[in-house]
Order: sequence, then structure tokens, then C-alpha cells
Amino acid sequence: MKLEAKIPEGPIEQKWTKHKLALPLINPANKRKFKIIVVGTGLAGSSAAATLSELGYQVDAFCFQDSPRRAHSIAAQGGINAAKNYQNDGDSVRRLAYDTVKGGDFRAREANVYRLAEVSVNIIDQCVAQGVPFAREYGGHLANRSFGGAQVSRTFYARGQTGQQLLIGAYQALEKQVQTGSVKMHARHEMLELVMVDGHARGIVTRDMVSGKIESWAADAVVLATGGYGNVFFLSTNAKGCNVTATWRAAKKGAGFANPCYTQIHPTCIPQAGDYQSKLTLMSESLRNDGRVWVPKKGGDNRPPAQIPEDERDYYLERKYPSFGNLAPRDIASRAAKQVCDEGRGVGPGGRGVFLDFADSIKRLGQKVIAERYGNLFDMYSTITGEDPYTVPMRIYPAVHYTMGGLWVDYNLMSNLPGLHVIGEANFSDHGANRLGASALMQGLADGYFVLPYTIGAYLATAKQPKVTTDHPEFKKAVADTNARMAKFLSIKGKRTVDSFHRQLGQMMWEKCGMARTAKGLKELLVEIPRLREEFWRDVNVLGSAESLNTSLEKAGRVADFFEFAEMMVLDALERDESCGGHYREEHDDEGEAKRDDNKFMHAAVWEYQGEGKQPVRHVEPLVFEAFKPSIRSYK
Amino acid sequence: MSDKLMKLKVNVWRQTNKDQSGEMKGYVVENVDPHMSFLEMMDTLNEQLQHKGEEPVAFDHDCREGICGMCSMVINGIPHGGHKGVTACQLHMRHFNDGDEIFVEPWRAKAFPVLRDLVVDRSALDRIVASGGYVSVNTGGAPDANCLPIPKKEADLSMDAAACIGCGACVAACKNASAMLFVAAKASHLAHLPQGEPERYVRAQNMAQQMDAEGFGTCSNLSQCEAVCPKEIPVRVIAEFNSDLIKAQFKG
Ligand SMILES: Cc1cc2nc3c(=O)[nH]c(=O)nc-3n(C[C@H](O)[C@H](O)[C@H](O)COP(=O)(O)OP(=O)(O)OC[C@H]3O[C@@H](n4cnc5c(N)ncnc54)[C@H](O)[C@@H]3O)c2cc1C
Ligand code: FES
Repeated sequence: MKLEAKIPEGPIEQKWTKHKLALPLINPANKRKFKIIVVGTGLAGSSAAATLSELGYQVDAFCFQDSPRRAHSIAAQGGINAAKNYQNDGDSVRRLAYDTVKGGDFRAREANVYRLAEVSVNIIDQCVAQGVPFAREYGGHLANRSFGGAQVSRTFYARGQTGQQLLIGAYQALEKQVQTGSVKMHARHEMLELVMVDGHARGIVTRDMVSGKIESWAADAVVLATGGYGNVFFLSTNAKGCNVTATWRAAKKGAGFANPCYTQIHPTCIPQAGDYQSKLTLMSESLRNDGRVWVPKKGGDNRPPAQIPEDERDYYLERKYPSFGNLAPRDIASRAAKQVCDEGRGVGPGGRGVFLDFADSIKRLGQKVIAERYGNLFDMYSTITGEDPYTVPMRIYPAVHYTMGGLWVDYNLMSNLPGLHVIGEANFSDHGANRLGASALMQGLADGYFVLPYTIGAYLATAKQPKVTTDHPEFKKAVADTNARMAKFLSIKGKRTVDSFHRQLGQMMWEKCGMARTAKGLKELLVEIPRLREEFWRDVNVLGSAESLNTSLEKAGRVADFFEFAEMMVLDALERDESCGGHYREEHDDEGEAKRDDNKFMHAAVWEYQGEGKQPVRHVEPLVFEAFKPSIRSYK
Repeated sequence: MSDKLMKLKVNVWRQTNKDQSGEMKGYVVENVDPHMSFLEMMDTLNEQLQHKGEEPVAFDHDCREGICGMCSMVINGIPHGGHKGVTACQLHMRHFNDGDEIFVEPWRAKAFPVLRDLVVDRSALDRIVASGGYVSVNTGGAPDANCLPIPKKEADLSMDAAACIGCGACVAACKNASAMLFVAAKASHLAHLPQGEPERYVRAQNMAQQMDAEGFGTCSNLSQCEAVCPKEIPVRVIAEFNSDLIKAQFKG
């Protein structure tokens, strides 16, 4: 596997500008002759599909929901970062880039991150021009807040619905292009295979989720914008449909999968209520701006929170991290919560929860101000739990939230497979071992609006591949294989539902490859996962037919891929014998903090699939830090 | 609130595909925890059905936190079940009692054909947006975001309308199956912003035309849409929209 990062030469501030100048251009009349497939219509996919079509390319876009507007990006609450420095508090492109690199525990590619910070300012301009109703001050200017471990106010937001508003902006841009005829939108179509011809990514196979028809699509390049794989844990804050299928299928065709073990556990989610639980709900971490996190000092203290006197409470984040306090970054806040619960001081059912208390802020600012800031989040909390957070502190617990790992891409956002580009959460490049709050939306839109539309042209201008159609034998074979796979699921007729397997896999992963990992636990998983996978293929029960809308068949395909992928994830966690960011190996601990090993692991680990039953091969891309000196990531 | 597990009789619309007719079928669902969401109760039903060899009930869902607009069920005659500001996925079983009988049906509207069980085709809403529900601006070249101050009040009014999640409950609630609240919300979102002003009247006309072409009915003026809207979009947006349509005629 060849991993050429293609990072441009020169000082970091000039890399992107110079690179753009050096990229070959395609003349407008010729762009029309190229077709690009974009899988996924979240922030990354919608923005890319719209922009590519505006530039003149023909675009075929796909998503599995009934409308592109429903992609998981819609759920983002908190906000989007940009180095606008509108608050005059000392922010800059360099500071945003540094914060992101440091937040990622020096495990991201510095040049990509700098570019991300650079284009962040264009994103806000673009979104405002589209009519995204960001929050504003009384003077009519845009409002900002500080978010998720940042010491400047650089986060733009639209009530608690930032993801929704940004996605609607991108979706409207996409629909505008649908109307012109240059984007063909295929909703309720799930990509099940990548098609390679002569070493280039040339198309995909999809299942029409209504009719069940397996079809293939040919193009000059393929873009995956299919989001993250957090649902390998079954319970996560992700939407139910989020899956690894598109990226995993590409990995099986030779695309390198980078850092699959990097998972973000978000500290502020509503704790699990029962075994029937189908997903976990995030409470935006913007709440930590005004809420104080605490547990009782004594274990087993079951008094109602209001009756626990101040001096018997442990505001553990404020105690341990005096300068960041309740705003300590996600991985740190999550581990701290786990620690106090492991000590038996957790609150609520099963002792898996900590308080997030607004009493002080309500006293200081009044209930009205708090309601204005967080009203919809408070409503959401009380709808779900039946409790009133204005009078009783919220209970929260960490949950799987985001996956920093993803398909490996070079500076042009192209994978090691020529023609296959990967953007948004689906790639690995910008967040290292931990993502800062409000930076995923930024990355999705940066990739889709401002990076990929330039860089993909370079591939198209130089690849010089002959046109192919779906009559090509590789397409025919991919369609036949996919049909056979569907038939296989239906023929097993076992006793267990797909969900029951998914739930069990998720629980295993959460226990041994979740917030804290050990070599022993990971090695056990390497035995347990194949065992359960084997049982799945023997005993799963998928009813109905392949030629109809069949929700269990859809899920079976996704869970089968999670089973294969999970093993790679565990291997990666085992081989990365250090702690960094969200990847916490208990063996490498410095008083509860992640202890990096820069000598051995200052690299991205990129896994190459070798075939069924064979161990994948681990490659590395060394990470070189020229602009930002790696330091110990301390938030004390 | 009691934590006692409940037993419910759940009647669900079953239909194999677009071309076949459907029917209500009754099922008993046991061990329903009051902390479950409505969709988790449906998951429980589906587990039971599959163990008996019966195909699970198909229903649309994704985020399960009230924002994607995917879930779409009429519960006891009311889209999303009739709790203020709540989608079906956010509705919790603590609002039901042991022994209750519940009726679950798909959105019913000519423009939303049923695809299977509770799943309907809402692509008409996308086509309405494609007909003009945007600001015609391409990527790149946008001026600095702060160069055009927008009064907070206007921005807030815009945001109130932009909160629409496009679920289609308004259509399902309307006796004429009109998409007026959806369409007017989109128009209002953009009409309250200077960026949306240049195309304001053409947009209104184009979207209204597309709504008719898709087979949605005319506004019943009964405000049932507002009552069921999980994002509580106010019917004032419809008044604004109608006024824009009238002005559009004069603007030619
Ligand atoms: C609850 C929540 C809150 C968040 N809040 C914030 C926040 O405040 N700020 C922030 O910066 N980030 C936040 N994030 C993270 C952020 O929302 C996501 O990382 C980001 O939106 C991902 O965007 P995307 O475009 O890469 O993918 P997604 O939005 O996940 O889109 C994936 C797309 O791919 C399609 N797809 C997937 N697989 C297939 C397939 N096989 N075939 C066809 N189509 C497929 C889907 O249909 C969808 O259109 C939050 C995440 C969650 C879960
Ligand atoms: S499932 Fe997303 S709104 Fe209900």
C-alpha cells in the first residue's frame, strides 16, 4: 500500500494557497463531461455535491434516508467553529489550528488542520449568504460562544440546532442544483459495494430500499461522505442508520483504514435507562458553560441532590482542572466521570451518572436567561427523563459520539485508491485522537465546499481513464455478488434477530474497547468477536424478501460489516500501545491522564485488508510537526 | 410516575407495498417500560413479531431525538401522538397506561403514497424545495458574514420558521392534506433575511405552484397543522406567505 500524503512544501501558512495555484484546472466546457458519484448528503456530501455541480460536473448523489436533508449532521446541536475573531479575544487561524492539533493530542496531520482553520472563515460567510439563521446580538452582528475546551469564543450557533440549519443550507444548495438537472439525487438508495476498474474507483452498487433492486452506477470518480461508525457500539449518540458499510466495503477493495480505534466518548449524554434502550441522547456540551458537574463526596449517598450540602459535593472537574474546570475537553471529562462512577460515587440508576447542575447559574442569571440559552435542551431532557432540569440537576454519563478514525486520505482528500475521495467524518485526517467540540461541522463543510471541489479536479485532469459503463464485467460481478449476499442473509433462517446480535456486539465493544482499554480485554475481544460473528452467520433470522422494503435485511448488511470492521478496530487499539486523546489504554496512565508515547506512535496507523480470515497489515504514515511543537496535553 | 411494566394492545397498519391495500392488525405488546420511547415500544413489538416468524413493522426513523423528521406515525388519530412539541420518537410510554389500546397509522395524504406499513413517500417535499426554496448563491465569493447586520428580531423570526424538520405531520393533520405550513415555513425562513429578499416573490410563486402540482390540497384554515407541528411553527407564516403571493401578482 502506497501512502503518499502529498503535503505541499513551504511554510504552513502558504501550503494551501500555493497548492491551489499548482493544481491543474479543467476548462468549464470539459467539466460537463465528467460524472462524479457522491455517496452521502450530510454536511460533507451535500456541500460537495452542490459545489461540484455548480462548477459544471455531473453529479449522482445518494443517501439512505428518504430525503438528503435528514442526514445525521442534522442532529448537531452545539455549533461550528471559525477563526473569525469577531469577539476580538485573540483568535486567529493559527490559534484554531493549534487548538485542533493539540486537542487531537498531536495525532492529526498538521497541514490538513491548518487548511481547515484557514477555510473556516469562508464557511461562515457562505452559510450566511445562503440564509442560515445564526444567532445574532442586538446590534445585528453574529453571536459567538466558547465551546468544548476552547478559551476563545469562536463558535457560531443557531439555537440548539446548528447542524440542522447548516444542513438545510447545504441541502437547499443541493436542491437548487437538482432543479438545474446537473445533480441526480437518489434517496433511499444504500451503497453496498465499491467498483474498481483497472485500479481506479469507477462506481458503486446500490440497493433501492423500496423496490429492493440492486443496481450499479458508473462515474469518473467516487466520493464517500458517509459519516462515522460509532454505531459499532450499538448504543451511541448517532442516528440509528449510521453505519460503516460504505467505508468498510471500500476498505475491502483496498482502501487503507486509518486509526479505526480512535473513538470519541462524549461526556454529556443522558444515561441509559434500561436494556431496551435503542440510542443515547446527547445533551450539548454548551451546557457545560453554565452547568457545574459534581457527584457526592461519599459513595452510596442517595439523598436528593438538593439535600446534599455544598461541602459534601465533589465538583471534580473544577478540582482537578482549575483552569478549564467544567470545560475540560471531552475525553478528559468523560474519563473523569467514569472514574468517579467506578469509585462508587455515581448517581441515578446503576450508579452510572453524574450531576450537571444549573442551580448556581439560575441564581446568578435568572431562569429566563438560562431558558433562552438552553430552553430546547432542557425541554428535550425533561421529555426523555420526565424530570425538570430547572429544579433538579441533570444526570449525565459519557456515550460514544464520534469516530476520528476513517479512510486514509492524502492532502487532496483522495484515498490510496485512485479516484476514491473521502470527506467529512468518514475520513481520518483532521481530528487526530480526539475531536474538539464544534469542529466536525466545520470539517464537513470545509471538505465539501472549499477543499474537494478544487482537489478532485486535479485527479480528473490527470487520471486520463477511459469512460466505462455498467456493462463492464467488474460492474456485473459486483451486482451479482451483492445479490448473492442478500440471498445469503435470507437463507439462514436462524433464531436470533439482527438487532440482538448488534446489541451484543456493541456491549462487548463498549466494555473492552470503549472508554478504557487493556491489552487483556482487547485480546479477549479478538476471540469473542469472530465467535459471535460466526454465530450471526449461522443463526440470524432475516424474514421477508430481497425484492421489497425490508428493514431487517438493511440492518443485516450493516451489522455484518460492523462485525468485520470491529475486529480491525480492536487490533488497532491493541497495537497502539500508548494512550492518546480518546484512546485510553489503562497500561499507559499518568495519574488518570492519557500518556502518549511519541517515540513509538507519532504516526497514523493505516490498515490494509488482506482477505477473509487473514490478519490485516498495519502501515504507518509518520506525522511530522513543523509548525506546532508537540507538548504534553495538560488542561490543569 | 410508576415504573410498572405495561401490557398494551397495539393496532398497526400493515401494507406490503404501494400497490396492495393494507389493513389494521392488532398485537399485544408486553413488558412495556414507561421510560421507553414510542419507537422503543415498536422495537419491542418487532422483536416479538420476528420471534413468531412474522415480518417486523416497517417504520421510518433515524435520529430518534426529534430533529431529522424521519419518524412519521399517526398515533391514536394524531400525527406524532399529540404531545406539544414532540415527535413520535420523543414520545415516551409514561404517557400511556397499562391495558391501553393504541392505534398506529401512516401519514395519510394523496401526495404521500404508502410504501410499506408506516413508511410513506415524502419526496414531494423535496421537489417543492427544489422549485425555489433557497437563495440562489453559489459556493465562493460570499462577502464577510458580518458586513450585513440583521436585527436580532428578524433573525429570530427567521429561525422560528427554519426550525421546520420537514416531517410532514402538518400534511397528515390537515383535512385537505395541504402542505401549506411546510411551504410557508420555508418561505418565511428566507423572507425574514435580507439574503432571501431578491427572490422572495418568485420563490413564493414557484413553491405554491409545485405544491399544487404534487397533489397537496388547499389550506383548510383550521390550524390543525400548527397544533401537531413538533417544532411549533406558528400559522402566522401562512398569513405572511399568502400576503407574499398576493404581492407577487403585482410584481409580475
Ligand atoms: C448528537 C450529535 C451532536 C453533534 N453536535 C455537533 C456540534 O455541535 N458541532 C460539531 O461540529 N459536530 C457535532 N457533531 C458531529 C457532527 O454532527 C458529525 O460528525 C457530522 O455532521 C458528520 O457529517 P458527515 O457529512 O460527515 O456525515 P453524516 O451527516 O453522518 O452523513 C452521512 C451521509 O451518508 C449517507 N450514507 C451513509 N452510509 C451510506 C450508504 N452505505 N449508502 C448511501 N448513503 C449512505 C447517509 O444517508 C447520510 O446522508 C454531533 C454529532 C452528534 C451525534
Ligand atoms: S427519528 Fe428523527 S425526528 Fe423522529
